[in-house]
Amino acid sequence: MLQGWVIVAISFAYLGLLFAIAYYADKRADAGRSLIVSPYIYSLSLAVYATAWTFYGSVGRAARDGVGFLPIYIGPTLMIALWWVVMRKILRISKANRITSLADFVASRYGKSALLGGVVTTIAVIGIVPYISLQLKAVSNSFTLLLQYPAVVMPANLAAVPVLHDTSLWVALMLAAFTIAFGTRHLYAAEHHHGMVAAIAFESLVKLLAFVAVGVWVTYGIYNGFGDVFARAAADQTLRPMLTPLDGVAGGYSSWVWLTILSMFAIMFLPRQFQVTVIENVEENHLRKAIWIFPLYMLAINVFVLPLAFGGLLHFPAGHVDPDTFVLTLPMFEKQEFLALLVFIGGLSAATGMVIVETIALSTMVCNDLVMPVLLRLRSLRLAERRDLTGLLLGIRRGAIILILLLGFVYFRLAGEAYALVSIGLISFAAVAQFAPAILGGIFWKGGTRRGALCGLLTGFGIWLYTLLLPALERSGWLPVSLLEHGPFGIELLKPLELFGLSGLDETTHAMIWSMIGNVGAYVLASLLSSPTAEEHRQATLFVDVFRREWESARFWRGTASAQDLYDVLTRFVGPAAAATAFGEYAQSKGLRWPDPNLIADAEFVHFVETRLAGAIGASSARIMIASAVREEALTLDEMRRIIAEASQLVMYSHMLEQKSSELEAATAELRAANERLTELDRLKDEFISTVTHELRTPLTSIRAFSEILRADPNIELAQRRKFVDIIAKETERLTRLINQVLDLAKIESGQVEWELSRVDMKEVVSDSVAAMSQVFREKGIEVAVHAPQQVPAVRADVDRMIQVLLNLLSNAAKFCQAGRGKIEIRVSFGGSFVQVDVRDNGPGLSAEEQAMIFDKFRQAGGDTLTGKPQGTGLGLYISRHIVEHFGGRLWVESRPGAGACFSLSLPVEQEREGDGRH
Amino acid sequence: MDQLDRRAQRLVALCMLGCVLFNFPVLAVFNVDGFVLGIPVLYAYIFAAWALLIALMALAVEEGG
Repeated sequence: MLQGWVIVAISFAYLGLLFAIAYYADKRADAGRSLIVSPYIYSLSLAVYATAWTFYGSVGRAARDGVGFLPIYIGPTLMIALWWVVMRKILRISKANRITSLADFVASRYGKSALLGGVVTTIAVIGIVPYISLQLKAVSNSFTLLLQYPAVVMPANLAAVPVLHDTSLWVALMLAAFTIAFGTRHLYAAEHHHGMVAAIAFESLVKLLAFVAVGVWVTYGIYNGFGDVFARAAADQTLRPMLTPLDGVAGGYSSWVWLTILSMFAIMFLPRQFQVTVIENVEENHLRKAIWIFPLYMLAINVFVLPLAFGGLLHFPAGHVDPDTFVLTLPMFEKQEFLALLVFIGGLSAATGMVIVETIALSTMVCNDLVMPVLLRLRSLRLAERRDLTGLLLGIRRGAIILILLLGFVYFRLAGEAYALVSIGLISFAAVAQFAPAILGGIFWKGGTRRGALCGLLTGFGIWLYTLLLPALERSGWLPVSLLEHGPFGIELLKPLELFGLSGLDETTHAMIWSMIGNVGAYVLASLLSSPTAEEHRQATLFVDVFRREWESARFWRGTASAQDLYDVLTRFVGPAAAATAFGEYAQSKGLRWPDPNLIADAEFVHFVETRLAGAIGASSARIMIASAVREEALTLDEMRRIIAEASQLVMYSHMLEQKSSELEAATAELRAANERLTELDRLKDEFISTVTHELRTPLTSIRAFSEILRADPNIELAQRRKFVDIIAKETERLTRLINQVLDLAKIESGQVEWELSRVDMKEVVSDSVAAMSQVFREKGIEVAVHAPQQVPAVRADVDRMIQVLLNLLSNAAKFCQAGRGKIEIRVSFGGSFVQVDVRDNGPGLSAEEQAMIFDKFRQAGGDTLTGKPQGTGLGLYISRHIVEHFGGRLWVESRPGAGACFSLSLPVEQEREGDGRH
Repeated sequence: MDQLDRRAQRLVALCMLGCVLFNFPVLAVFNVDGFVLGIPVLYAYIFAAWALLIALMALAVEEGG
C-alpha cells in the first residue's frame, strides 16, 4: 500500500515544513521580533535530548530489562535541579566570553589553549559518531520496515547490502544537505540560530505527539488501559520477572546508579545540548521555566514506554521482531496505516533534530578549534593576509558536516549491527562524560591547569577507547575476538571488558568506573603538579569568579594597535557589514570618532575586537589573529611577577597597619584602665579624708565641750571636775591613738615604714601583750587563758609591730566580749614551717559579710565608723593585716554569728642557717 | 558565587532528595511483587516520585517571581 515514493515524498514535505518554519523564524528575528525569545520555546528546544534513541530505543531497552531506560531521563532531572547553580554560571561565563562551542569553552578556560580545543573537538567527534550512526540506523530501519507494509519483515543483514543500496547512506547525505542548508547560512557562530531553534522546538512537539499517540492507541486501543497490559504481562511466565526488574534483570543497582550519573553528565556535555542550552540561550532567565518544563517533557514521553514494550512482547513473542522497532511494528501489525506514518514522521523528527544540532555544534568546533588554529599557524598559506576569509570558514564547516555524517555511516556499517540502539548511544554518553572533570572543575576550582585538563581528558578518553569502542569494533568482527577473551598478548588482567579483573558489571558501568577514576585522578594530580601560566591564571579567575565582579580583563593587556588594523582583521572574518556595525556601536558608546584612520585602540578596544572575533572563530583562533595583527606587548612573566610583588607588598603594608592599629587599641585600653584606677583612688582618698576628719571630730567635740564647761563654771564640784578632766584625758588619748594609726597607715601605704627585724618569740609577744591588757580585762571581768607549748620556734619580724598586732586583736576581743561573762582564749601553736596564734572570744561573732569586709579601712563589725557605734578607729585590723603580710604571714578570721570569733595569724618560721642578726 | 540564594539552596536540596529517592535502599523497598491501581509497584513508585520531584522543582524555582 505504502509506496516508497509516498514515504519519501512525505518525508521531504515534512523537512520542507521544517525549513519553512526556520525561514519564518529567521525573518521574524531579522525584524526584531524573534520567536525564540520565549522560555517555552527554549525548554522545547532542550528536548533535542530525546532522539531516535528515546523514540525507538527506550521501548527496545524496556522490552529487555524493564526499567533500564529510565535512568537516562531521571539523571537529567536530577542534574537540572542543580542548573540554577551550575548552568547559570556556565551561561554567564559563555556570554561574557562569547563562547561558540563546548571545545571553545574548555580551551578558553585553560588559557585559550588551541591544543586543548583540538583535543576536545577530536574526542567529541569520535565520541559522537556512534550516536549519529544510531540515528541513521533508526531512520533507515524504520523506512525499510515501512516499505514492506503491511507485512512486518525485519531489514536484511547489512553485510548483504552493497554500500550504494544502503538506505542509511542516502539518509546520511540527505541529512547533511539539509543541515548545511539549515545551519551554515550565518557565519557568526556565537549568534543565535533563531530558525534552527524554532524548528527544533517544533520537532520536539511532533515527536512527543507521535509517541503519545501510538502509546495511547496501544494502551487503550489494543488493550484496556495500563492495568490490562500489566495484568497480561504478569500472567506470562517469561515476562513476570520484569515487573520487579532490579533483582538482576536490569543489571542491578550499580548499573542503575552509573547510568544515572552518566546521563547527568550527558545532559550538560553532549555538544548539541551545550549548543541549545548555552549557545542558543537568549535570556538567562529562561532557565527558570526550563528547569521544570524540560523534565516534565521527559516524563511525558516516557509514560507509554512500558505499555508499548509489554504490548510488543505480548504481540510478537517469538523474538522475530526487534524490540527497537515495536513502536512502528505494532501499528503496522494492526493495519493502522496513518498511525504508522505518524510514527515514522515522529522518529524522523527525533533523528533529524539531533543530527542537525549535533553536526552544527561539531562543525563549529571542528572549524574553530581544530582546522583554523592549524591553518592560521601555517605561515606558508599566508592566511592571515588574505582579505576575506568568510568563504573559507563556511566551506570548512560544510565539509565538516558532510564528514561527520559519513563517519556516522561508516560506523554504522562497521559496528552498528551488533548493538541495540541504546547500547550504541551509551558509548557516546560515556565519551562526553569525559568532559565533566575539566569543565566542572574549571568553573569551580581555580587550581585546575591546562596540563591537568589535557592529562585528564586524554586518560579518560584512552580508557573509553579501550574499554568501550574497541570491544564494539571487535564484536562486529573487525578485530580478532581473542583480544576480548584473553586480553592483549594473553594478559588476562588487561581484558578490555574486565580491566584489572573487575568483573560482574555491565560494559558501560565498567568503562565509566575506570575512565572516571583515571580522568579525575589525572586532572587533579597534573593540576597540582603543574603551575599555570599568566594567561591560564587570568582565565581561571575570569571563569571561577564570574559572579563576583565585572572583571576588567583589558587591564592585563598592554600594547598599542591602530583601530584601522583591527577593523581590517575583523572584516576578514565576519564581513564588512558586521564589522562596520560593531565598530560603529563601540565608538558611539565610548564617544570616539569612527571611521578615523589615525585612531589608536586602547586595551579595552582590543579586548572588544578580540571577543567579537572569538564569537566567529573561537577564542584560541581569535587570540592568534589578534597577536598577528597588532603589536601586542602581552603581559610577560616578569611583569606578572612585578604585579604580584606589588600586590604582596600591599598585603604586607596592610598587615603592618592592622598590627599598629591593634597595638594602639591595646594602649588605649591600658590608658583607660589606668584612668579608672586613678579615679577610684581619688575617690578613696576623698572618702578617707572625710572619714578621718569625722573620726577626729568626735573626740575633739567632747574635749571641747567638757573644757568649755570647766571654763564657764568655776564652781563645779571637785569630784565632778575630776571626772570631766578624766574624760578629756581619755579623749585626748584616743585622739593621739587615732592620729598615730592614721600616720601608721600613711607610712604603710606609702611603704616608708622602718622595720626593725629580729628573731621574735611569739610566746613572749603573747605574754607581754596579755600583761599590757590585764588592766582592761580585769575591769571588764574577762577571763583570759593562754595555751602554749614549751618551745616555739622563732619567727623573723619586728617585735614592736607584732605586739601592736596582738594588742589590736586582744582589744578587739575585749571590746566585743560581754562585761562579766567574757572569755578570751589565746593559743600558740606551730606546725610545719609556720607559727600560729589564735585569739578566740565568746562575743556575738561575725556574719559572712562582716568577715569579708572587716579587714578593710574604717570598717568595723556592727556597722561602719560613719554611724559611729562601736568604739575604735576601724583601722586596727587593716594595719595589722598589712604588718603580718609584710613578714610573709597571714591574718584571717573564722566565725559564726552567736558563736564568737577566732582571729588567727600565722608567720613563717625563721630559717635556721640565716642565724641571728639585724638588717 | 559566594552565597547561594534561597532558590538555589532549595533546588540543590531537591537534587539530593532525588538522589535518595532514585537510589539503592529506597528503590529496593519498592522492588516487590504487587500492583497499585493495576500498575506494578516499582513502576508506580518511580513515576509518582518523578512527578512529585518535578512539581517541587517547579514550586522552588517559580516561587517569589
